[in-house]
Amino acid sequence: MIISDSKLILEIKNLHARIEDKPILKGVNLQVKEGEIHALMGRNGSGKSTLAKILAGHPSYKITEGQITFQDKNLLTLEPEERARMGIFLGFQYPVEIPGVSNLEFLRVATNTRRSARQQEELDTFEFEDFVHSKLEVVQMDPVFLERSINEGFSGGEKKRNEILQMALLEPIISILDETDSGLDIDALRIVASGVNQLSSPQTATLLITHYQRLLNEITPDFVHVMADGEIQRTGGSELALELEKSGYEWIDRAVKVGESE
Amino acid sequence: MSNQNSIGEIVSKPYKYGFVTDIETEKFSKGINEEVIRLISEKKKEPKFLLDFRLRAYKQWSKMNEPNWAELGYPKINYQDIIYYAAPKKSEKKSSLDEVDPKLLETFEKLGIPLSEQKRLSNVAVDAVFDSVSIATTYQEKLAEHGVIFCSISEAVIKYPDLIEKYLGSVVPINDNFFAALNSAVFSDGSFVFIPKGIECPMELSSYFRINSGDTGQFERTLIVAEEASSVSYLEGCTAPMFDTNTLHAAVVELITLDDASIKYSTVQNWYSGNEEGIGGIYNFVTKRGHCRGKRSKISWSQVETGSAITWKYPSCILQGKESIGEFYSVALTNNYQKADTGTKMIHIGENTRSTIVSKGISAGRSSNSYRGLVQMGPNSKGSKNYSQCDSMLIGDQASANTYPYIRSQQPQSSIEHEASTCRISEEQLFYLQSRGIGFEEAVSMMVSGFCRDVFNELPMEFAAEADKLLALKLEGSVG
Repeated sequence: MIISDSKLILEIKNLHARIEDKPILKGVNLQVKEGEIHALMGRNGSGKSTLAKILAGHPSYKITEGQITFQDKNLLTLEPEERARMGIFLGFQYPVEIPGVSNLEFLRVATNTRRSARQQEELDTFEFEDFVHSKLEVVQMDPVFLERSINEGFSGGEKKRNEILQMALLEPIISILDETDSGLDIDALRIVASGVNQLSSPQTATLLITHYQRLLNEITPDFVHVMADGEIQRTGGSELALELEKSGYEWIDRAVKVGESE
Repeated sequence: MSNQNSIGEIVSKPYKYGFVTDIETEKFSKGINEEVIRLISEKKKEPKFLLDFRLRAYKQWSKMNEPNWAELGYPKINYQDIIYYAAPKKSEKKSSLDEVDPKLLETFEKLGIPLSEQKRLSNVAVDAVFDSVSIATTYQEKLAEHGVIFCSISEAVIKYPDLIEKYLGSVVPINDNFFAALNSAVFSDGSFVFIPKGIECPMELSSYFRINSGDTGQFERTLIVAEEASSVSYLEGCTAPMFDTNTLHAAVVELITLDDASIKYSTVQNWYSGNEEGIGGIYNFVTKRGHCRGKRSKISWSQVETGSAITWKYPSCILQGKESIGEFYSVALTNNYQKADTGTKMIHIGENTRSTIVSKGISAGRSSNSYRGLVQMGPNSKGSKNYSQCDSMLIGDQASANTYPYIRSQQPQSSIEHEASTCRISEEQLFYLQSRGIGFEEAVSMMVSGFCRDVFNELPMEFAAEADKLLALKLEGSVG
């Protein structure tokens, strides 16, 4: 939802980044205001997931140029945990399994960390149990998954639901969902999408990273950006996604080539 | 990894127990020979049988070679360059704590083991051993009301010579191995526990071993006997000051359970492990063995091994009584240049005996951590079962982990199960937890304690939390 005088939450300016010696991002610019839903599309290797990980503070990438501002703070000097406490959430494309660490305990520690960063009272075990059960409904998740180790033995769909559950518990200001739709059947996709829709609010924003139109049938974006070769090449409304669906990414590639020859 | 938190940099908070107590000590001169052994025995006013025991052991030891099959690799130990007896002066066992040198009380208080009546732990009886002697044992009278004997082994030798003569060396014979023979010859002090028939020991028993002198070996000897249908839970803790030389520690622990008796023996070993460059630290060579003599008896070892430069230790169970049970739960953590070669032996002799082994090895820094274990099913062990699980966790990319399970079965109607796994704390796992607001060190410690949970569940309640904290402390800065 676009409101003209809404506040800027996230601003990325001329961001260049590399992993080892390989440049991945080559000048990304993006502005996200509260209440907005952005979709970031593009082929594999265009830099979408890199951008998502950089926003969350992944240590493998080196920023060579540019800046990221989140709620008027320079994000690049902050540790991943500090960013999370401020309200940045990354829903992983491939959530890792962490054997031995109880999912419930993990969710409780994470929730309380975020709560105390917001000067809210921490929840004790019993209070948290009630809180987490109320959120389970959002993603229609079976409580048995709370008793397991983090993501261990979860199916692809269960892992993604666990991601959205974390989003529900942490109440982030911006949620970056990295290919949350990949590997989901249509029912799981609907559940996940409905979770995201329920959690959207005029004070928060969402950045959806996806290959396909089908997620955008369930969640309507205000803006669609198309990434190629480490830059955002096109920005438009939701109709841009439909156009991509129809004509594929090739016309973007052509546009990139034209740009290079100029 | 980002600058502040590189896993390699957060290593080691300073070793909290590294202080030296400045106290007048009586020490023998360096070296070992028959004369030294006679002197130790004389010093302790021992009966003749014990002197003979020591001398026999010394003869055996002189003929033995130091074992070298473990994955340890350490410079040769010069056994003539070690002091075999050191004791605080005026070390006569005091009838009341008021007479104990306040410096010693202060030392133990600093270590978190207050001994004075006002401050002592409320449900744990403690035997405090300083260098070669026991300085105090708490709650002796209360335990005596139940017929439980808990005292230093030197005291037991004088007061209960028959029990000592009967049981000492009956589980670990004097010629069992090089280090056990050495210990049998020169052992200085340690604890003795006797639980009479039908008695459930009313409180936790605990021994705390403190090495204070840098050039003195510590050779403690512990003997626990649980008579029919009795039970006891016993915990030992160990610390030492920081010296840049290596100190030798060679202990022997013997446990005996008769019919329906059970002993739970827990260790939190935190000897000084040397500095980040691997200089200094304790060489820890320990022989621990339990003998389930009686039917349906049970011996359970649980250990958290975090200290020492070198650890060589295989707490074992001889399952002789029918339906007897042996257990071994171990967490061994090595960091920097520490080396540990540890595991267990489960020797199934009687019918329908059962054993469980759960070993968790964590290697960080440039350390090496090996599990070495034997499961043996004898010809008469029909219907016996073993289950072993050995997991290793690697932190960083310069540590190593090895598993050497030995299995021998002479009984077709027995079963042995062995599972093993190795994992590594990955950057992706850490990033995942961090991206949910959990700090780097807390993330590491969550994963490590998750990994160790099966073992921590076996520790006495008060110590499980301690062990968790100890691991977190040891690991600070080890991930990188």
